Amino acid sequence: MYKLTVEDLHKRYGAHEVLKGVSLKAKAGDVISIIGSSGSGKSTFLRCINFLEKPNSGVIALNGETVRLQAGKNGELHPADHKQLQRIRTKLAMVFQHFNLWGHMTVLENVTEAPIHVLGVSREEARHKAIDYLRKVGLDERTYKMYPSHLSGGQQQRVAIARALAVEPEVMLFDEPTSALDPELVGEVLHVMQDLAEEGRTMVVVTHEMGFARNVSTHTLFLHQGLVEEEGDPEQVFTQTKSERLRQFLSGSLK
Amino acid sequence: MIDIIQQFWRAFLWSDGYRMTGVAMTLWLLAVSISFGFVLSVPLAVARVSAHKCYAWPVWLFTYVFRGTPLYVQLLLFYSGLYSLDVVRDHQLLNAFFRDGLNCTLLSFALNTCAYTTEIFAGAIKATPHGEIEAGRAYGMTPFTLYRCVILPSALRRALPAYSNEVILMLHATSVAFVATVPDILKIARDANSATYDTFDAYGLAALLYLCISFILVALFRRAEWRLLAHLRPMNTEHDGHRQRDLSPSSKNKDVANVQTHG
Amino acid sequence: MILDGFGPLILAGTWVTIELAVLSLLVAFVIGLIGAGGKMSSNPLIKAIATLYTTLIRGVPDLVLMLLIFYSLQIGMNNITEALHAPQIDLDPMTSGVLTLGFIYGAYFAETFRGAFLSVPKGQIEAGIAYGLSSWQVFHRVQFPQMMRFALPGISNNWQVMLKATALVSIIGLADVIKIAIDAGRSTYRVFFFTLVAAVVYLVLTTLSHVVLVWLERHYSAGVREAEL
Repeated sequence: MYKLTVEDLHKRYGAHEVLKGVSLKAKAGDVISIIGSSGSGKSTFLRCINFLEKPNSGVIALNGETVRLQAGKNGELHPADHKQLQRIRTKLAMVFQHFNLWGHMTVLENVTEAPIHVLGVSREEARHKAIDYLRKVGLDERTYKMYPSHLSGGQQQRVAIARALAVEPEVMLFDEPTSALDPELVGEVLHVMQDLAEEGRTMVVVTHEMGFARNVSTHTLFLHQGLVEEEGDPEQVFTQTKSERLRQFLSGSLK
Repeated sequence: MIDIIQQFWRAFLWSDGYRMTGVAMTLWLLAVSISFGFVLSVPLAVARVSAHKCYAWPVWLFTYVFRGTPLYVQLLLFYSGLYSLDVVRDHQLLNAFFRDGLNCTLLSFALNTCAYTTEIFAGAIKATPHGEIEAGRAYGMTPFTLYRCVILPSALRRALPAYSNEVILMLHATSVAFVATVPDILKIARDANSATYDTFDAYGLAALLYLCISFILVALFRRAEWRLLAHLRPMNTEHDGHRQRDLSPSSKNKDVANVQTHG
Repeated sequence: MILDGFGPLILAGTWVTIELAVLSLLVAFVIGLIGAGGKMSSNPLIKAIATLYTTLIRGVPDLVLMLLIFYSLQIGMNNITEALHAPQIDLDPMTSGVLTLGFIYGAYFAETFRGAFLSVPKGQIEAGIAYGLSSWQVFHRVQFPQMMRFALPGISNNWQVMLKATALVSIIGLADVIKIAIDAGRSTYRVFFFTLVAAVVYLVLTTLSHVVLVWLERHYSAGVREAEL
């Protein structure tokens, strides 16, 4: 049984087609990395999964439950049932490139916000769990009462990961989680993500970090101009590359 | 000056023996109009930024009219204007309401400050970082929860400097209340002037009182800004509510310094 | 007739209001520049006086200041003419109004200009000096034009506030549009209607001001790239 299935996703911005039919299947424990050059549509694809972007066609299902859609303006598909969308979103936690922590809340408040106000968890329980998850990502209690703007990028992203863990999602979505970080801080975040992968969490990661894609993920998709050019076991994709474009891409990004 | 103070000090401060006057009345005018204006302005600001034109447009019209005309004219409209209409005079409730100068004054002040405050809050809401709203949506927040947990707390804090300015301006604006025979500071000053012909001292005293109240309000708002805008301050500051002190690692507060290296 | 024949009078009153506002703007503009210069001065006494000026003015309501200055001006003028054994000069409400509003809003403009001057990148001034421009030339050709761009939002805000403050001058007797509207209302028993007319006049004036200021902003933003929102 697949946790997450995306079938034949198309997305158009006016006349420009960004996704020309991309599919993805994730079983429990899969860590799927999506790589590709800028403009290949990787982030757009990820953002369609939780409907931050609206696809033009395609089917998205979580744990067998298909998201009900209806046609909207510009040929886009809108979620037909907002309650269903809200429920599904809480099972798909997203970690953003620019962290998107809520600036006026402390670290602890950021992590407890969604559990309390969306999932209806009690304040005490949310607090306990938040502290557990914050410890898990390596932040100690001196940071809990601080505001995001007072933390380093790596710390902020780890708070964002704790925030995602706190809603206890089925699948975690990572949108280029380390792209906005200074090089020295990338490592600490990748380390946390690796721990999560080894725990058996289901993750879909859009990334430029080839090391992570090759060594940690269980399946790699190479997107080029809106289509899956090549996919498969990371070791094979990286060493026995079939596609010429992927070869060029890899040689360009390998330093 | 001494004469005036001896004769009128009680009236200037809180009462002339019959009613609330002077500073007490001015503060009352300010408090009531600000409270009503604030409470009304939050839902209006949400409507003002709404994508639905049917909500946004009436609110825009309201703020446009009330910010485009002088408060003095608005007060005249509510005080002498409305009461002169037969429609108002014939209706028992309306008649009783608009006959009292204080009611007219409070109503027009509340609407006026509401209009300015709505615009201030609407601007602050629009300035909410888009990423924070996206994150809220991605975590399944309904529009109501989104406003309640992310947008409004963030926007209201952001609006504090501009709002504090509006409150001070409202304090100044209350001085026009004497037109509606409301016995505020300026009215007492005018009475003192008519009684003693000591123009400079009478109005000077009024000016002094307003100055003191303004200073106190500014200090209070600075305090509030210190606490509520803590998330926008640079890091090495001590939370004692007064001055910013530079904390270097050599200082006594080791926790802050250690956390910096911990990441 | 809708306006009961008061049309021409109301129009005349509107002109009085505009005249008052524009003249006060000029006075306030000049005082504002001087005040800003004072606040940024290195001379502690000048700086103290300028700071005292802006702080006091902005801490006291317009109306109170207006009454204070209006009566004080007249009394002061009387004292001067008495001392000089000259005939008494009566300051008409227009002159008092212009001087009063100009003096009050000079303080607000001083703050606006000070902020605007501080916003001009230091490098621009340095370049001017490095290329041999005199201080006056640096001010006149480099600082002032650039400062205007930063000052414009503040100026437009102050202007709108001042425009509405002219309404208060009717309290000290100036025959502006409000006084005429009130008189018209009283004599025709249509108080509500004529007060509304006065309100509409102000709405038109503030709307026109807004249009002009938008144009000015565009004019002074030549060479500036604004972010696409």
